[in-house]
Amino acid sequence: MSGNMNLTLKIWRQKNANAVGGFETFNVKNISLDSSFLEMLDILNEELELKGVEPVAFEHDCREGICGACSLVINGRPHGPLDKITTCQLHMRHFKDGDIIWIEPWRAKAFPVIKDLIVDRTSFDKIIQAGGFVSVDTGGVPDANAILISKESIETATDAAACIGCGACVAACKNASAMLFVSAKVSQFAVLPQGQPERYLRVEAMVKRMDELGFGSCTNTYACEAECPKGISIRNIARMNRDYFMSKIKSENVEM
Amino acid sequence: MGWFFRALNSSIGKKFVMAITGVCLLLFLIIHLVNNLTLFGGPELFNNVVKNLETIKPLVRVIEVILALIFVFHITNAIRLWIENKKARPVNYKINGSSKNSDIFSRTMFVSGSIIFIFLVIHLRTLWVAFNFGHPKAVTHEYFDILVEAFSSPIYTGLYLVALILLGYHLYHGFQSAFQTFGWNNKKFFPLIKKLGLIYTVIMIIGFASIPIYFFFFYGGNV
Amino acid sequence: MIKLDSKIPPGQIQEKWTNHKFNMKLVNPANKRKYDIIVVGTGLAGASAAASLAELGYNVTVLTYHDSPRRAHSIAAQGGVNAAKNYPNDGDSIYRLFYDTLKGGDYRSREANVYRLAEVSNNIIDQCVAQGVPFAREYGGHLDNRSFGGALVSRTFYSRSITGQQLLLGAYSALSRQVGLGKIKMFTRREMLEVVVVDGTARGVVARNLVTGEIENYSAHAVCLATGGYSRVFYLSTNAMYCNATAAWRAHKKGAVFANPCFTQIHPTCLPLHGDQQSKLTLMSESLRNDGRVWVPLKPGDKRKPKDIPERERDYILERKYPTYGNLAPRDISSRAAKEACDEGKGVGDTGQAVYLDFADSIKRLGKKVIDERYGNLFEMYELITAENPWEVPMRIYPAPHYTMGGIWVDYNLMSSIPGLFVLGEANFSDHGANRLGASALMQGLADGYFVIPYTIGDYLAGTKFGTVKNDNPEFKKEVDNINDLTKKLLSIKGKRTTDDIHRQLGRIMWNKVGMARNEKGLKDAIKEIRDLREEFWQNVNVPGSGEDLNISLEKAGRVADFLELGELMAVDGLDRNESCGGHFREEYQYEDGEAKRNDKKYAYVSAWEYKKAGDWKLIKESLNFEFLKPTVRSYK
Repeated sequence: MSGNMNLTLKIWRQKNANAVGGFETFNVKNISLDSSFLEMLDILNEELELKGVEPVAFEHDCREGICGACSLVINGRPHGPLDKITTCQLHMRHFKDGDIIWIEPWRAKAFPVIKDLIVDRTSFDKIIQAGGFVSVDTGGVPDANAILISKESIETATDAAACIGCGACVAACKNASAMLFVSAKVSQFAVLPQGQPERYLRVEAMVKRMDELGFGSCTNTYACEAECPKGISIRNIARMNRDYFMSKIKSENVEM
Repeated sequence: MGWFFRALNSSIGKKFVMAITGVCLLLFLIIHLVNNLTLFGGPELFNNVVKNLETIKPLVRVIEVILALIFVFHITNAIRLWIENKKARPVNYKINGSSKNSDIFSRTMFVSGSIIFIFLVIHLRTLWVAFNFGHPKAVTHEYFDILVEAFSSPIYTGLYLVALILLGYHLYHGFQSAFQTFGWNNKKFFPLIKKLGLIYTVIMIIGFASIPIYFFFFYGGNV
Repeated sequence: MIKLDSKIPPGQIQEKWTNHKFNMKLVNPANKRKYDIIVVGTGLAGASAAASLAELGYNVTVLTYHDSPRRAHSIAAQGGVNAAKNYPNDGDSIYRLFYDTLKGGDYRSREANVYRLAEVSNNIIDQCVAQGVPFAREYGGHLDNRSFGGALVSRTFYSRSITGQQLLLGAYSALSRQVGLGKIKMFTRREMLEVVVVDGTARGVVARNLVTGEIENYSAHAVCLATGGYSRVFYLSTNAMYCNATAAWRAHKKGAVFANPCFTQIHPTCLPLHGDQQSKLTLMSESLRNDGRVWVPLKPGDKRKPKDIPERERDYILERKYPTYGNLAPRDISSRAAKEACDEGKGVGDTGQAVYLDFADSIKRLGKKVIDERYGNLFEMYELITAENPWEVPMRIYPAPHYTMGGIWVDYNLMSSIPGLFVLGEANFSDHGANRLGASALMQGLADGYFVIPYTIGDYLAGTKFGTVKNDNPEFKKEVDNINDLTKKLLSIKGKRTTDDIHRQLGRIMWNKVGMARNEKGLKDAIKEIRDLREEFWQNVNVPGSGEDLNISLEKAGRVADFLELGELMAVDGLDRNESCGGHFREEYQYEDGEAKRNDKKYAYVSAWEYKKAGDWKLIKESLNFEFLKPTVRSYK
C-alpha cells in the first residue's frame, strides 16, 4: 500500500517536571500510510530540528512491541486505537488524511512527566524491588529438570510474565491503578513451584509498595486488560487479591 | 491488631470492604423484595405481615442497626476510595477514551451510588419514617394505604423508577465485581458469575419496579 | 605500545576453566564490601553480572541510559538459548556445543573461550529455572527443547517467542532484589561517556544524567561494560533505536583495543523497507524458511503482481544456487543471494529492496491448518506491519544487520587492554568468531555475567594494589571538561542537516560497501566517504536545545559522532582481512560456487586495533591456535 497524507497533531509539551505544560499544534505532510506512528513523529522531529527547534521528546526503543518503552495516549487511548499492540506497532494506515490527532503522556501521580511525552516509570521498578523476584543467588541451584512444572502452570505463568512493564494499564485505569502490572508479576510466581516459599511475603510487600507510591485502587472497570498490549488478564488481579487475603490468614508476619 | 487495620486500609483491603458490604446489601435486597412482593397479596396480607414484624420489634431494630452500619461502611469507604483515586491522577486527559475500553456500569459506580444514596434518604423519609414514627395510618396498621399515598405522586414514582435504573447499573457491576475482588475469577466460572449477576439485576429491577407501576396505575392515588 | 596477552590457561581443553578457577586469587568475604564495581548496561550480561557481584558482597553501581533496566535490547531476542543438557538424548555434549559454535564462527574465535561457554551453558539453564523463568515444558513437566540453525541436535531452550524477554526479566529480577537489599545502587537515564583511567587502570566512569544534563562522576575499583553491539552503525538494523557504541567506543579511544570490527551478522528474514521514512527493521523468525520459497521475477524491473508472474518467469534463487540446502541455506549465503537479486534490479515491492517468501506451495501441500499452527502468529505480525495478507500474497523479506561479533578485545578473564576494565556480552568480541549461531547470544551474555565475571573480577581485585581514587580526582575533572567541550561544540554548529540525515547516509555507505559483500575498492571508497561525512557532520549538523536538560537531539548526535569513527574502523578492518570468513565476505575471496574462501595460513588471527587518533589505528594480531579442533572448510552443501 502506498500514498500519503497530511495530519494535524496536538501534542502535549512540557519543558521539564516542574514546568507548566500545554498542547501545541503541529502539521505534518506527506506521511506514508506504511509508516509507523513513531516514524511519523520522527519526521516531525527532523523538521523541527532543521528549524533549530527542540524536537518532541517521546520514549521509544525496540520498535517491535517488546521493550515497553513507548507510551503515548493517542486520541484518549493508551497505545492508540487498536487493541493488543504498542504504539510502535501502530501504523499510519489506521488514520485518515486530514485527521486531528491528540497525543498525551501517561497521566498518573506515580508517573510524573519528565519532559513532553516522557514520564518517569521508576515506580514500577520500585515495586519489583520490593518483592518481584525469587530469592536465589547465582549458583547452588538444582538441575533444571529437578523442578517439574505442569504445562498448564507454565502457560499461565508465561501469560503473566509476558508483561512488558509499559504502564498502559495505569494510563488506562480511571484510578491510575497499577494492579494489573503488580498482579502479573505476583501471578507468575504464584503458579510456579519456585515462587512458593516467598508467596505470601511477596504479595504483601509488593502491594504495600504499590500503595505507598500513590497508585489508585482497582475498581474493576477492566480498562487495563482492554488496553494491555500483551493481553494480560484481569484473572491475575483476582489471583493477587486471593493471595493477599490468604497471606493475612496464613502467614504469621504481623509486620506487613 | 495493627496488621489487621493495615490490611483493611490497603488498596486491596478497602476493595474487600466494598465487596463484602456490597454482597450483604445484595442479600438484603432479596429479602426486601420478597417482603415487598406481599403487596400484591392485597392490603390485608401486607398489613398483617408488617404488623407481625412489629411483634419482634427489638430484633428488627438490631438488624436495622447492622444494616445501617453496612451502608455506612459501604458509603464512607466509597467516598474515601473516590477521593484517593482522584488524587492518583492529578492531571486528567484532554481526550477521554474510556468508553472504548470499559463499560458504562463500571465507570459510573460513584455517580450511580451517589444518586441511589439520595434516593435512599427520600425513600426512608417517605416510607420507613412513616411506618415507624407516628403516621396516622401506621397507628391503625393501614400500612398499605401509606404506599398508595406515596405512589400517587408522579414525581415520587418517577424518581423511584429512575433510581431503580441506576440501581440496576450499580448492581450489575457490583455483583461480578465483588467476585473479582474476592479473587473468585477463573476461566470456567467467571462467565457464569457474570450471567448470574445479570439475572439477579433484572429480577431485582423488574421486581422493585413492578410495585410503583402497579400502585400508580391501579390505585391512581385513590384509597 | 600495547601488548596483548590472552591469558589462556594451560592444560587440556576440558580442564582449563576448572584449573583456572582454582588458581585464581580470592577476595576474603569480609573484604568484598570494600570494593566498588561499576556495571554499565543492564542487558543479559550487565544485569546478571551486577546481581551476581552484589550477591557476593561487592558494592555495585549500575548505570543504564534507559528509564528502567528492563528495557535493554536483550529483551527482543525471540528464539531461545542453547545449552548442552542433552535432555532429548540426541547425542549432545559440551564438546559438541563447543564444536558447533567454533565451526559456526568459521574458526575465528578462541578455543578456550568457546569451550568455557559450552561448559557453563548448563548452569545457565539451571539458574534461570530457579529464578522462575518460564521455559516451555513437556506434558510430564520436563523442559522442552527445539532445534536451531547450525546444529544437528535439539539443544535450544525457549519460552514461546519471547525467550530474550523472559531471560532478561529473570536477570532483572535478580538485579532488582539486590537494589532492594541496598547492595546495588541503580542509576537510570545515565549515559556513560568516558572511562576514567588513573595510573593506567580503570577507576571509574563519567556519565551524563540524561534528565538534568549534569555530568556525573562515579569512581570504583573496577568497571564492567556490558553495553551491547554496534549494528546501528548501519542506521537500519534490527537493533533498538537507542542501541549505540558510545560507551565501548569511548573506552576504545582511552586505550581498549577493538577486535574484529568487521565481523557483523546480517539476518536474512527481516521485514523489508517500506520507504525513506523507515526507522528500523523487524526480524521475522528464521523458521519461516522451512516452508517458504524465496523467489524474484526472472526479468529485472518486472512490476507485475506476484500472482500474475507465471512459474517459468520466476527465479527461485536459493533453490537454483544451492540445490541441496535450498531455502534453508545458511544465513550469510541467503542474505547475500537476496542482495544480489535486488542489485540486479529484480527486487520486488515499491522500493525494489525485497524478495518474495512464498507459502503458496506449502499451503497447497500441507493445508492451511498446518501452516497456521506453525506460523500463524508470524503471519499476523507480518500483516500488522505491512497490511498485506501472507495467506494471499507472498511475504516480502529482506536482510538486515542484527548482531556484531566484533567488539572490545578481552582476554580469557574478560578484561580489556585497560586493566580493571572488563567487557561482557555483545560488547566484547570473545566467543562467536566471524559468525554467531542462533540462540548463542543469550547464552554468551548470561555466561559472562553469571559464571565468568564473578570469578575473574575477584582475581583482579585480590591481585591489585589500589591507591585511593575518589570522584574528585583530577582525572574526573579532565573528563568532565572534555565532555562539556564536546557538548558545546555539538550545540554550536547549527548547520543544515539533522543527525538522522547524516546517520542515514552513513548507513547507506556501510550497507553498500561494508555490508554483506565487500571488496577492496568498495572498502577504500567507504573509508574516504566516511571521512568526508565525518567532516561534514562536524561542520553542518544541527543540534538544537541545550546541554542542561533532557535533549534527545544531543544524545543522538553524540552517538552518531562515534559511529562515524567506528564505521571507518570497520572498513579498515575489512580491508585488512583478505579472506572471506563467516559474516565477512570479500568478493575477491570465494570459491566458484560462491562459498567463502578462508585463508587460515595468513588470517588465523584476531585483528585487534589500537586507537592512535581519529582515522589512525595500529593493528595488533592475536594469533589463534587450534589445538583441539583443526579448522576445515565450512561447507553446508
